[in-house]
Amino acid sequence: MKTKGNVRMKKSIATLATISKIALGLAALLALPLAGCGKKADSNEILIGEYGALTGSIASFGQSTHKGITLAIEEINASGGVLGKKIRLVTEDDQGKPEEALTAVTKLISKDRVSALLGEFASSNSLAAAPMAQSSGIPMVSHGSTNPKVTQVGDYIFRVCFIDPFQGQVMAKFAHNSLKLGHVAILRDVKSDYSVGLADYFTQNFVAAGGAIAGDESYSAGDKDFNAQLTSLIAKKPEALFIPGYYTEVGLIARQARRLGFTGALLGGDGWDSEKLWEIGGDALNNGYFSNHYSVDNPAPEIRAFVEKFKAHNQGEAPDALAALGYDATRVLVDAIRRAGSDKPSAIRDALAQTKDFPGITGNITLNAQRDAVKSAVVLEVKDGKFLYKETVAP
Amino acid sequence: MKRLVPILATLAGLALLQWAATALLLDGPIRQGPYYYQILLLAGINVILAVSLNLTNGVAGQFSIGHAGFFAVGAYVAASVSVYGGPAIAGILPNIPLVRDSGILIAATSAGALAAAIAGWLVGMPSLRLRGDYLAIVTLGFGEIIRVLILNIDAVGGARGFTGIPRLANLFWVGLGVAASLAVVRNITRSSHGRALLAIRSDEIAAQAMGINVTRLKVTAFVVSAAFAGVAGSLFAHFAMFLHPNTFTFVKSFEIVIMIALGGLGSLAGAVLGAVTLTVLPELFRGFADYRMVIYALALILIMIYRPQGMLGAGGFLGRIVRMRWKKPVAKKGAETKSADNIGGPSA
Repeated sequence: MKTKGNVRMKKSIATLATISKIALGLAALLALPLAGCGKKADSNEILIGEYGALTGSIASFGQSTHKGITLAIEEINASGGVLGKKIRLVTEDDQGKPEEALTAVTKLISKDRVSALLGEFASSNSLAAAPMAQSSGIPMVSHGSTNPKVTQVGDYIFRVCFIDPFQGQVMAKFAHNSLKLGHVAILRDVKSDYSVGLADYFTQNFVAAGGAIAGDESYSAGDKDFNAQLTSLIAKKPEALFIPGYYTEVGLIARQARRLGFTGALLGGDGWDSEKLWEIGGDALNNGYFSNHYSVDNPAPEIRAFVEKFKAHNQGEAPDALAALGYDATRVLVDAIRRAGSDKPSAIRDALAQTKDFPGITGNITLNAQRDAVKSAVVLEVKDGKFLYKETVAP
Repeated sequence: MKRLVPILATLAGLALLQWAATALLLDGPIRQGPYYYQILLLAGINVILAVSLNLTNGVAGQFSIGHAGFFAVGAYVAASVSVYGGPAIAGILPNIPLVRDSGILIAATSAGALAAAIAGWLVGMPSLRLRGDYLAIVTLGFGEIIRVLILNIDAVGGARGFTGIPRLANLFWVGLGVAASLAVVRNITRSSHGRALLAIRSDEIAAQAMGINVTRLKVTAFVVSAAFAGVAGSLFAHFAMFLHPNTFTFVKSFEIVIMIALGGLGSLAGAVLGAVTLTVLPELFRGFADYRMVIYALALILIMIYRPQGMLGAGGFLGRIVRMRWKKPVAKKGAETKSADNIGGPSA
């Protein structure tokens, strides 16, 4: 009994020792970032906060955006900054989670005291953070949230991308005017608001232009087999299939549609924009067209210049749509600061609302009364693994 | 009357806390005030989640990994009540902002807790007859069903997310939720029901042989735990002002399981410590930028290597100090019994 008691005592002391070691280690770890935080904003700097998914399941989007934003800020600072001050970017990770986005934005607003915010790509994260930006009176510019609800949160929330309904309209215009189609069938993802929005607005605009919807079927993201829906749609002999979904399902749908003997065109939205699309769909995707924010192949000189600069900064990596949108969002914001002549958030907001014909990489940006961007979209053609620039469709 | 005293003291203390937090953090001189305030609220909500899950997973020894499902039910039901029923509730209350807001929040939270409790009962009745891995699979499935269901209900925003929820929760209400969950779970654990639950955890067949109605007790614990997850959900909805199904994936369930495992399975103080640690750590590591989540995960691994029973688990860190200091004169025999029925013991 006695020895057992001693062992117990020794064990407790040993545990105490380990615990204190861990505590010391943790304390050292904690001290590191705290030391870094000591940097206060000086009067020669304007602080802009960026929140995005730098880690997590949609990290590739957040990383691309971040590269676009840093490129824009480097350029602006290299050319002397704005209002005689340099711009300092404070970036916070939200792991792609809505509740983390709220925390990140609260931190940026209350701790770093940023003058304006940039973010987010995913509409759900923008929606989670927007009420905080609105109630604190800090203007927020989203680069990629296409859900109409985002800017409805309040008059401090802006976006530089087009909204979901517009893509439906663009593809309807393109299908009717450029491809001269009259009969199109739709296969939509019912679980995704994005897909439903695109499908509804495509139908509305395509019918208004004189076309007919041959059939309308649905699936849910995560499905693998689409043969039932496709067989029923193809039986109605449509000239094209509109699939406003994300690349994973689109790739599979394309394969299965071609196997069922469908030879017509495949149409879609910016959810197609991924290198994975071709990996999944392969040859089946030829004769496919989708709307997007920008094309890396666009021959316009300002876009060529942007692509070259971006490649020089990122070891030859070509900028995707999100990098271009992040770049544009930053420049629109800095332009507003310049026009406002002050880094006061309310003044920046007022200047942002006046943005008109800003020459961006993703088109000329005008912010309308709903604080949404009115701008052109590009249509890309899928051909042998490449997304070729087809045409620009104006609103 | 005697019972009212601690309740009134808690209420007064929380009101004072809320007043101090508003004066110091929200409108006060502290630069990062609102950020700290937000972390405080999030930590409180996580404490309610961890403490309630601890009743099922720690005390009763069942393995539920669907807590985010009940959290979601509470959040969405409560948010629906305040968004759709808010004006009606406000109509029957005197037009004083404080009374009106409190009335709506109380109604919403009660509805959320009730809905989560009913969901808990529905899931618990059939599945708590199962044990171990099977219960885990059922609860995991339940959590996903709830999420997919929400995705398809348009009235609560579906995949778009639920917007326009009023911000009614503050430190007072979150504090009240924490106090209530702590009091209820502590009292259950210390009651004869709690002893019976501990017996079930140790050996279900033996417990049954002793005359314990195993299923009924397990379901009761499960329902109470679900109800408090509903309370946490309501507070979360009225604090974040926006709900999205992506918040309530099984990853959230695992986060809560990690909180109680980290703190020490079965230990009430452990659940609190685990929840606070897991809320605060990722925030402290913000300075590391890209490596934040790597360091966070590393910290978890280190703690689990050195403290597999959790920070306050069986004869945990604090428990050991307590025993070393104060229990030494007690006969060795006493110490042995103490450790045998210590509710902090890791389940087998």
